[in-house]
Amino acid sequence: MGVRVKLLLLLLSLPTSLPVLANSRFNMTPGVTDISRQVYDLHMTILLICVVIGILVFGAMFWAIIHHRKSKGAKAAQFHESTRVEILWTLIPFLILIAMAVPATRTLIAMEDPSQSDLTVQITGSQWKWHYRYFDQGVEFYSLLATLPQEINGSLSKAGNYLLEVDRPLVLPTDRKIRFLITSDDVIHSWWVPAFAVKKDAIPGFINEAWTRINTPGMYRGQCAELCGKDHAFMPIVVDAREPEQFAQWLAQTKTRQAEAKAAEQALAAMEMTRDELMSLGEQVYLRSCAACHQAGGEGLPGAFPALKGSELILQDRAAHIDVVLHGKAGTAMQNFDKQLALKELAAVITYERNAWGNDTGDLVQPGDIAAARQGQ
Amino acid sequence: MAHRKQAARLGLMALAMFGFGFALVPLYDVFCQITGLNGKTANRVAAGSVSQDLSRLITVEFVTYTATGLNGEFEPSVRRLQVHPGEMHQVDFTVTSHASEDRVMRAIPSVSPGLAANYLRKTECFCFQEQPIAGQSAAVMPMRFYVDQGLPDDIELFTLSYTLYDISEPVAKRG
Amino acid sequence: MTQQDRTQTADGHLEVEHAHHGPAKGIGRWLFTTNHKDIGSMYLLFSLTMFLVGGSMAMVIRAELFQPGLQLVEPNFFNQMTTMHGLVMIFGAVMPAFVGLANWMVPMMIGAPDMALPRMNNWSFWILPFAFALMLSSLFMPGGGPNFGWTFYAPLSTHYSPDSTGLFVFSIHIMGISSIMGAMNVIVTIWNLRAPGMTWMKLPLFCWTWLITAFLLIAVMPVLAGVATMVLTDKYFGTSFFAAAGGGDPVMFQHIFWFFGHPEVYIMILPSFGIISAILPTFCRKPLFGYSSMVYATASIAGLSFLVWAHHMFTVGMPVAAELFFMYCTMLISVPTGVKVFNWVATMWRGSLSFEVPMLFALAFIILFTIGGFSGLMLAMTPADFQYHDTYFVVAHFHYVLVTGAIFSVMAAVYYWLPKWTGHMFNERLAKWHFWCSLVSVNVLFFPMHFLGLAGMPRRIPDYALQFADINVLVSIGGFAFGLSQLIFVVVLVKCIRGGEPATAAVWEGSHGLEWTLPSPAPYHTFTTPPEIK
Repeated sequence: MGVRVKLLLLLLSLPTSLPVLANSRFNMTPGVTDISRQVYDLHMTILLICVVIGILVFGAMFWAIIHHRKSKGAKAAQFHESTRVEILWTLIPFLILIAMAVPATRTLIAMEDPSQSDLTVQITGSQWKWHYRYFDQGVEFYSLLATLPQEINGSLSKAGNYLLEVDRPLVLPTDRKIRFLITSDDVIHSWWVPAFAVKKDAIPGFINEAWTRINTPGMYRGQCAELCGKDHAFMPIVVDAREPEQFAQWLAQTKTRQAEAKAAEQALAAMEMTRDELMSLGEQVYLRSCAACHQAGGEGLPGAFPALKGSELILQDRAAHIDVVLHGKAGTAMQNFDKQLALKELAAVITYERNAWGNDTGDLVQPGDIAAARQGQ
Repeated sequence: MAHRKQAARLGLMALAMFGFGFALVPLYDVFCQITGLNGKTANRVAAGSVSQDLSRLITVEFVTYTATGLNGEFEPSVRRLQVHPGEMHQVDFTVTSHASEDRVMRAIPSVSPGLAANYLRKTECFCFQEQPIAGQSAAVMPMRFYVDQGLPDDIELFTLSYTLYDISEPVAKRG
Repeated sequence: MTQQDRTQTADGHLEVEHAHHGPAKGIGRWLFTTNHKDIGSMYLLFSLTMFLVGGSMAMVIRAELFQPGLQLVEPNFFNQMTTMHGLVMIFGAVMPAFVGLANWMVPMMIGAPDMALPRMNNWSFWILPFAFALMLSSLFMPGGGPNFGWTFYAPLSTHYSPDSTGLFVFSIHIMGISSIMGAMNVIVTIWNLRAPGMTWMKLPLFCWTWLITAFLLIAVMPVLAGVATMVLTDKYFGTSFFAAAGGGDPVMFQHIFWFFGHPEVYIMILPSFGIISAILPTFCRKPLFGYSSMVYATASIAGLSFLVWAHHMFTVGMPVAAELFFMYCTMLISVPTGVKVFNWVATMWRGSLSFEVPMLFALAFIILFTIGGFSGLMLAMTPADFQYHDTYFVVAHFHYVLVTGAIFSVMAAVYYWLPKWTGHMFNERLAKWHFWCSLVSVNVLFFPMHFLGLAGMPRRIPDYALQFADINVLVSIGGFAFGLSQLIFVVVLVKCIRGGEPATAAVWEGSHGLEWTLPSPAPYHTFTTPPEIK
């Protein structure tokens, strides 16, 4: 008997060990918002209920396995129904479910109320990057994976935030209600930051809303959660949450910087770059922005992404080549790079594509040509 | 034979379910309209407003997106409006095409929260229509609307988004 | 076969077989057979083959995920592996295994001479290998095979899919037709060919659960065919069901798909409930507890399965009211499912238990399936689902339900009825090795996935952040071990088909039901005159 009692006590004490999991990296994060905390509490409550039910049911099973075995000479009883018991174990789970539904409903209603927000951020997913735009301020930028390809293929050792590092994180203020307007440019993506308990699908042609209010400054990382093609694993989300004053400062600075960059861009239009300059910058841009689909050698992936090497469009129609790089191609994975790259980079990458891998067109595309093409000339 | 008869009946049932799969397409729209799922706005012109409710003020935001493959800009005349339910308003959306040749475009609306979509009444709209836009030109597309008084009380703000697609290619293919 | 024409039945009297012709000779036997046992065997062998094919794809996936970084395969190929693994396991391994079991057992359980529509039976099997040859061949096409996940969400599967998508859709159509024909056969057989005296409430639970499954199949497989057709026309013929640019809606794809997809989940688990309800009483030597509530629970699970589809897509954005509705309905399903589990435990209670291999698998099923049920209940909570959705938590959940649920029940069934099929006892020692190796490795494989998901690892990714590295090593080791364990299964099967200790008609001490009144191996033609049920 002693052993049995001890075993039972041990089993019953299991649920009390659950809080140990609380801040373990093997459990859901409590996050840094009130909502994420509520979600975490809900998760732990259901887990606890499930564990208790599990112990009772499996306990009864093992009791039967140990004590009611034929090898111990157990004789089988012949009962095979009991309406009372059956009604009882339909009703009890039902009551437990109601007890679970109450906190779940409360949390859900709190989650789905984006009213009275202080800041709106438009999030647009595309294969395989995120674009952020501060709705009222007009500040916008793309956010791309910053992990080096050499780390991924193993020729460099992997840094601490491997696959969770971007070139430009989304900067947000703490203690402000932030509303996200989420959509997509191509396929369905899903914007997920576990620390905020926000996961919302980005659907092409439709907008979705979500909101958060961050309690603590810090860097928070997430990933795209909906399969979106080849590089689904490589479009992380990084949020840099700052105190409201610091955030305001950052936003103002970024706004001026973006305006200056735009002005500088205009001046660039007149500049002539040499073939070497164009080709070397072009190769860098190509590897960063184009090689994921068209491959480093320009051979593409037959049946999925067209080859650029020996491409008829590139070799025969310069204007069409520039147009497709600038504006993308509707209904395909080919994006609009006009918004993503600087004038200089566009000129360089197009020149590179026209002259690399035996595409010997010999012609150079200058920033001025791109500026003209933008105006439809 | 009884077996064959019953098998035939089951076969018909399967065929009916195949049809039901397609019937889900229009049913889905009805479903969306009832529940406000996915923020689909009604694809038809509403009658004018009857009366106004001056005690309530609702914020309507307008966002625009241009889809991949579109060479141009697409902007609303105003990004945010405060409206009373029942009050008529007009917002002009301007498309500026930088393409050298003529294009055909189409704007797809979406409303969030989805529930509000049922209470956005458009008396004049360009949604879903094919818009021929001449090369190197701008076109103004007006949208006149009012917010129905039935809008649930907890909605103080909603967003109307338009995504503009260049559909010249499929249109050309259609002939 | 001739020496088995005169055999002792369980009742102890001599029975002379009426049918004197055995099976035809050579390949023709298998190509043109209309015999339910032949077709059942072919279904089961096909399923085993697909289980190994799908399993080797899982090995590729686990090998790539062994370490962070891209080592073995390209992301695009990785996506093809996850997609194909899902499709092959669902449509190639689990569903044909159940149809195979139904073919073998339903006529023998209800005292029918064969399936009601034998020629259609032959067709429904033989188009399957064709469908899978088509689908697998697409892996070798330029651009590769389907890479958009087995759920083929639009527009990833329409405008952004590889050129081979047409083949994928076509093979889905063929699989659908095959399943529908199989389901029609089961319904007509159970409806019309029950032996005199076998009333509805005397029907073995395996037949009941299969009957309900068959109705589910007829209701939803055509919807899958419909949505696949829409993907086809969107991609190749310029329609815009799911393309926003043309006025369509990509979210509608998910609604239609999951309208099929959720009942599909129950299609893959209801027959398991029937199998466990057949095995448990045998080895507990005690009648099944709550037979009628089992029937009602199965029916209500099937009914509710049509009302919960949107719980797969809470994150697409829905009005709160819709989210609440789908959350409550999903939670409700745990009531009838719970009733089943409680009934099984009550069946064991005060029984006289022995632990032959089928019983071991059945017990493992009850425990591990229930764990899958618990994580399912957690996933039903919409707010928490926002965190679990599309992570490894979901992967852990559905593998507990489908591997330690559906697949374990199929293995239990195979061990249970194998002596009846082959006339030989299998090698008990090897089979126990198979069970224990599978049990340990499957938990090493899938249990830690819960933690990966909670820690934030998304599913369907070929490479992951460093904090997930240690658990992934463990999971991969479990995966390889589980894969290797199945080779023991193959050895047991081959040995048992080739020979072994002859099995008695009853095979198991506590067996009950019409199939055990037949000699082992069951003669080529059985119940040519219907038995009388008292």
